[in-house]
Order: sequence, then structure tokens, then C-alpha cells
Amino acid sequence: MTSQAETRARFGVPPDAMVFARSVRKSYGSVEVLKGIDLTVPKGSVACIIGPSGSGKSTFLRCINHLEQLTGGVLLVDGEFVGYDLRDGKLYEVKDSLLCKRRADIGMVFQSFNLFSHMTVMENLIEAPTRVRGVPVAEAKASAEVLLARVGLSDKASRYPRELSGGQQQRVAIARALAMNPKVLLFDEPTSALDPELVGEVLQVMRDLAESGMTMVVVTHEIGFAREVGDDLIFMDEGVIIERGAPREVIANPKSARTREFLSRVL
Amino acid sequence: MSLVEPNKTTGLPLDLPVEELIVVPRRRYGIWIGIAVAMLFAFFIGRAFATNPAFDWGTAANYLFHPSIMRGLGKTLLLTVVIMAAAIVIGTIIAIMRVSPSAVLQTFASAYVWFFRGVPALIQLIFWFNLSLLFRTATLSIPGFGTVFSVNTNDFMTPFVSAVVALSLCEAGYLAEIIRAGIKSVPHGQFEAASGLGMSYRQILRRIILPQAMRFIVPPTGNEAISLLKMTSLVTFIAVDDLFYTAQSIYARTFETIPLLIVVAFWYLFVVTVMSIGQHFLERYYGRSDRRQENPVIRLLQSLLGSRKGRAQP
Ligand SMILES: Nc1ncnc2c1ncn2[C@@H]1O[C@H](COP(=O)(O)OP(=O)(O)OP(=O)(O)O)[C@@H](O)[C@H]1O
Ligand SMILES: [Mg+2]
Repeated sequence: MTSQAETRARFGVPPDAMVFARSVRKSYGSVEVLKGIDLTVPKGSVACIIGPSGSGKSTFLRCINHLEQLTGGVLLVDGEFVGYDLRDGKLYEVKDSLLCKRRADIGMVFQSFNLFSHMTVMENLIEAPTRVRGVPVAEAKASAEVLLARVGLSDKASRYPRELSGGQQQRVAIARALAMNPKVLLFDEPTSALDPELVGEVLQVMRDLAESGMTMVVVTHEIGFAREVGDDLIFMDEGVIIERGAPREVIANPKSARTREFLSRVL
Repeated sequence: MSLVEPNKTTGLPLDLPVEELIVVPRRRYGIWIGIAVAMLFAFFIGRAFATNPAFDWGTAANYLFHPSIMRGLGKTLLLTVVIMAAAIVIGTIIAIMRVSPSAVLQTFASAYVWFFRGVPALIQLIFWFNLSLLFRTATLSIPGFGTVFSVNTNDFMTPFVSAVVALSLCEAGYLAEIIRAGIKSVPHGQFEAASGLGMSYRQILRRIILPQAMRFIVPPTGNEAISLLKMTSLVTFIAVDDLFYTAQSIYARTFETIPLLIVVAFWYLFVVTVMSIGQHFLERYYGRSDRRQENPVIRLLQSLLGSRKGRAQP
């Protein structure tokens, strides 16, 4: 039995689940930051996660692509563990090369952009495809040009990150993640570091992505975006999911008092 | 009749732009006095150098391109290049060990830096030169297979090899610290972004972290190279025929001490100047992603005069 089939059968993963989390726990030393997260993000859907600072939203995202190791529970992406292989009921840590290969399928966009500052926009976009996937440079450049056009930055290919505005940098970061053709894109507060007038251009790119059918997990404080684009809205607090549902529903009638209180502060 | 109403107190038109006014600079008497004193000193020193027959400029000029001096200079340059190259390799490895997640590697690297930076270079040099006192022969033997080779320590620990080994290990201690500081200066987000894209630890170090660290590594490494050039004159103690040793052996015979020291000083200064220019271009290369439009001539002069910020002397 292949590892993937065994995994799916064992945990009852729905066939259309892109991200599948069951009782996900994460502790730093004695502090438990995630206290049992259950979440399924179906393929092609957009899950928005909101919650107060320190509630563990970033930690959860970082667990999804194995930047952090779980201390308990199961977290699968497209029916597979990212950092392990399940064989004969045991979890084997995978080799670095396999971990890298799987991570390459999970795109991540950070609050602080994290563009490689010593590389031009074009170099940022072709670095991982050429080095990790072995795509020929000419081919990688051609796809990068398509992506830059998609985020509206065709004229910036030879610029260095510091020559771009925050909104432009974030759009490049999105294009860089897309250059790996990821199965799923994780966004960690992608607009929080931006001036208000630059937020719109980044949200527009994300909206287009959602429409194109990309699976996305978005940690955000943009309730408007969550309402319009999200298929699910998840409210997290102190390491647990307090409430989830259709965004309009959750925003209009939050069931929990904590959700109500949080929404009244951000709306 | 003027369209501009004059100011009551100064009688000048109100909106006369400042650049059309004559600006009388503040008198800086202190600076003038300073300049006068400095010029006076320069004059006396220059006169002393020019007129004192002991300097014997003519003899110095004759020795400037003397074949032995040229050979000595070649040896000094060779030592500097070989030692620097080895020290960069060893220093990079030690620095990567120091930032690695393994506590054992970290401790080993710290101990290395502690020892090789702590013991004076001259003592290390003489120690390696006298290695044969500790180990008469160097033997490689594999259990159950016998001796693969065995050589007399004195046969391979020539003065030149001792100098290269000793000074490389010592210099690597300094470079490791510089490289580590450079690596630490790269924001952690760069590492995370690269990991998230599926790059391996090696790729991240080589393609993302080290190139960005270079901006912080190049200026102090240039200083290290310059001080290493001068430090190689220590090899005189173990009779490696470098520039200084050659000059010494000439003036030991001819007693033309001062002219030969002038020749030596001239060549060190000359090489240092060339190295500073090289360093300038290296800095420009690694700083290309954040270069502001600056006058290259001014930058070159500044870097030659060593007046740039962030250039701490080791
Ligand atoms: N590397 C770490 N070591 C120890 N504690 C950590 C670490 N990373 C995060 N934490 C703690 O985990 C908790 C959750 O952090 P996390 O960054 O996931 O919160 P968040 O919901 O993303 O908050 P924010 O909205 O401010 O980004 C915080 O209390 C934080 O202090
Ligand atoms: Mg966060």
C-alpha cells in the first residue's frame, strides 16, 4: 500500500481535502500555542482565518508547510504528511530532499514580503523553479513574465525589491510563490504591513487567484475580503477554533460571545 | 517702482530667494589655526626627510626594483594570497558550524575561535615551525592494513608550509567571526521564504544567505587582508624569505638599514593601496542591490583614505 493511500484510509481524509488538520497541537517548551485544531480546507476553496494577536494563526500556517513541527495531531496536505511518511503504522521523518520537494508544492506569502533583497524581481521569480525544480532558465523566465503580467508588474522585472512600494513587493512575493505552481497558497496577514491605499491592489490579486480556483488559506484582518472571497471563515482564539462557517453568516450572527467581541473591534 | 513690498527692517524685497543673496560663511578660526599648525608640521617633517642624509633616498631608489627585493615581494604576496584563501575556506566552515543547529558543532567552532584568536600569531607560527619537536614523524596507518605512509615531520613542515598553516588557522579565527556576524545580519525571514519555496539548507546558505551576508563581510575582510599582508612579515622569524626578511638580509650585510626599510615600507604601502581599490569594487558589487547614485570618484577616495563608516580596525 502506498504511503498516501494508507494515510488517506487511516485518517478518513475526504478525497477533495487539500488541507486536513485533526487535533493539531503545537507547544513551545511548556507553552501550548495550538490546542487541538480541526480543519478541512477543500480543494479550490478559500479559508480565511481571523483572530486576536497571539491566538496561534501564524503558528498554524507554519505548521501546514512544516516550518514548525507539530507536537501532536495530524496535518495532511493533499492527503500526505509534509514532513513524514506513514509506513506500517509508523511515522518516518522524510529526507530533507523529499521535504523540500513537498514544501515546494505549498506556497507561502508573508506579512513582511521577504523578497530576496540581493536579487532582482526576475531573479526572485526564477530562483526556486530553476534550482529546486530544475526548470531551464529560459522557460522559467517566460513563465515569470506571464506571472508578472498577471500581478500587473511587467515593467518591474529588472528592479530590486527596495525600489518597489510595499504593495508591489507583496505582489511580486505572490508571483514568486505562484512560480512553483503550488497546490495551495498560504497567506500570513499579507496586507498588514501595507499603507491603506496599497491594500487594495494586493487584495485584487488575491481575489483573481481565488477566482482562478487556487486553494488558499488566508490569515487576515480584512473582514471585507473574507466576506466576499472566503468560502469559510474561521475564528481562532488562544490556540483553538472558536467558530467557523460561511463568512456572511459568521459576520452577521456570530454565535460565540468572543467572536462577537472580536468582530466589533475590527469591523 | 517695485512689485514686491520691501521689508520694513531690512529694506530687502520679501520674497528674494535665498540663493540670490550673498552668503557670508561663518568664520571658522579654529580650523584655520589647525590647518596652519598641520602645514607647519608637514613642512618640518618633509624637510627632515628630504635633507637628512641618513635617509639616503638615492640608495633606496636603487634597491626599489632590486631582484632580491622583487623575489621577496613575490613571496609576501604569495603568502598573503594562499593564507587568505585558506582562511576564507576554513573561516566559512567554522562560521557555518557556529550557526548550525547542532550544539556539538557550535561548541567546537567556538572553541576554535577562542583558541586561534587568543594565542598570539607569532607564538602559533613558531609552534608549527617546531612541530617536529612534538611529533618526529607523521604516520598514517589503518588498523589491520598496516602503515600507508610515514614521513619525517621536518621534511614537510618547511618554513613556508609552517607559515601557511599557522597563519591560515589564526586568520580563519578572525574571519569566522566576521562571516558569522554577516550571516546573522541577514533577516530570518529570508531563510523562511527560501525554505517555503522548497530550497535545501545548502542552497539557502549558498544562494540566499551568504550573498546577502557578503555586504557585511567584505569591508572587514578587506581590512583583514590588509592586516594579514603586514602580518606575514612575522615569517621573518622562521626564516621564510619574504620582503622584510630579504631586506633584512641585505642591510645585515651593507648596513643600509634606513634606505631598505623605506623600500619595504614603500612596497607594503603600494600593495595596500592596490588592495583598497580592489576592495572598493568588491563592495560595490555586493552592494549593487541597494546602491544609491553616488559619485564613484568620491567613494573611491573615501575608501582609500579609510574614512568610510562601519570600517572598524581589527
Ligand atoms: N518560536 C517561538 N517560540 C516561542 N513562542 C512562540 C514562538 N512563535 C510564536 N510563539 C508564541 O505563540 C503564540 C502564537 O503566536 P502566533 O504568531 O501564531 O500568533 P498570531 O495569531 O499569528 O498573532 P499575530 O496576529 O500577532 O500575528 C504567541 O503567544 C507567541 O508568543
Ligand atoms: Mg501572525
